[in-house]
Amino acid sequence: MQDILSISQELSRGLFVTISILIASSLFAYLMGFISGLLRLSKHTVIRKFTGLYIELFRGTSLIVQLFWLYYAIPMLFGINLGSNWIIGVIAIGLNYGAYLSEVVRGSVEAVDDGQTEAAIALNLSSFQKMRYIILPQAVRMMLPEFGNYTIQMLKGTALVSLISLNDILYYGNILRSSNLSQAPLIYLVILIFYFVLALPLIFLTRKAEDISKKGVAN
Amino acid sequence: MTKPIVEYKDVHKSFGDVEVLKGIDLDIFPAEKIAVIGPSGSGKTTIIRMLMTLEEPTDGDIIVDGKNLWKMDKHGKMVEADEKHLREIRGDIGMVFQHFNLFPHMTILENCMTAPIHVKGEKKKEVKKRSIDMLERVGLGDKINNYPSQLSGGQKQRVAMARALVMRPKIMLFDEVTSALDPELVGEVLEVIRDIAKNDDMAMVLVTHEMDFALDVADKVLFLDDGVIAEQGSASDVIEHSENPRVQEFLSRFRS
Repeated sequence: MQDILSISQELSRGLFVTISILIASSLFAYLMGFISGLLRLSKHTVIRKFTGLYIELFRGTSLIVQLFWLYYAIPMLFGINLGSNWIIGVIAIGLNYGAYLSEVVRGSVEAVDDGQTEAAIALNLSSFQKMRYIILPQAVRMMLPEFGNYTIQMLKGTALVSLISLNDILYYGNILRSSNLSQAPLIYLVILIFYFVLALPLIFLTRKAEDISKKGVAN
Repeated sequence: MTKPIVEYKDVHKSFGDVEVLKGIDLDIFPAEKIAVIGPSGSGKTTIIRMLMTLEEPTDGDIIVDGKNLWKMDKHGKMVEADEKHLREIRGDIGMVFQHFNLFPHMTILENCMTAPIHVKGEKKKEVKKRSIDMLERVGLGDKINNYPSQLSGGQKQRVAMARALVMRPKIMLFDEVTSALDPELVGEVLEVIRDIAKNDDMAMVLVTHEMDFALDVADKVLFLDDGVIAEQGSASDVIEHSENPRVQEFLSRFRS
């Protein structure tokens, strides 16, 4: 018991990094998801293709390799400094999950019944007004559960930033284990519990989102 | 002689290889009530959907109030209309759909208020009053804060009519508005249309399968068959006295 407490105390030093990266990268991913998801629906082929390239590139390669690219390769190749490790972690996770979310955004917008578009045209709404007042409010309700699921995945994805020497929960766990090899099973157990407890409110919110999305959508 | 508010000039429409409309010529005069009847698949709905700008004609012109709906003048050349051009003209046209197409995330009052506020830029207070009046007129004054999912089919269709009327169109299109309703709910919807037809001076085009109703409200009836207007005239001419065998065959299915 004493051990668990002291391990927890050590791990909790990484809480701020894990949580702050989760919040920043999920906000960034939501933004990317909306922008690229809506661009995917553009009338212009070039815009659609270009956005598609981003999506497939980031969905089709692994997050950890993207993280290393941004951290090691790009600064060496182009001499661009992308900022602190924290910022690089946020960008990598945000771009990666933004690519997945864009498909959720696109799918939800397309899933709104055609009759809604027709009613909007019959009431003489502009394309923008139709999107803003009729389609998106319904599409967002449909997106909510999937956004919840991906946010839970992003929480777990943040553990990778320990590999670009950010001091998150896993980072402190690994440090602890290297100085105390016999405690490894216990340390990793406590780490699991940490992530699970952090995920609980997200799981709860996702459930709530499912209830909301069941109401108020025409399909 | 008054000028027609809408003119169809040799309008064709194909979906893929299938030609649904094979040359429609039609004048709609202000305040005129027209019923469009005919077998399913004859292109009835397509006629009014092109006027609402939901389908683009393959060929021919539709003139609304003297302006070409689907074509516009650009540096002396007629080109395909853009959204701005379509919006300028279709503001005078309203439509009620078979499946209501109410906005499920809004109360029925909000359903009515959205377009006048955002499209016409009218004052919220004024629009609210007019919307409530209209919802009372269709018998739903006590439901203004309900959501569409809480209403019956007949009530939903009455909201859809109020929503279209609040925009004060000059032409109202009705696309088989009772076809999706349970039989016992048809009457309440027809009653509202009858009320509009008798008391409002807008032109109305009704695609319908309700022959008695067409006889009652329509000034003119079009019988559409295989993509052409096969017969037209006063309601009693077409529905009661037509000698066209196709019309008689079609109507015989409604009499048992």
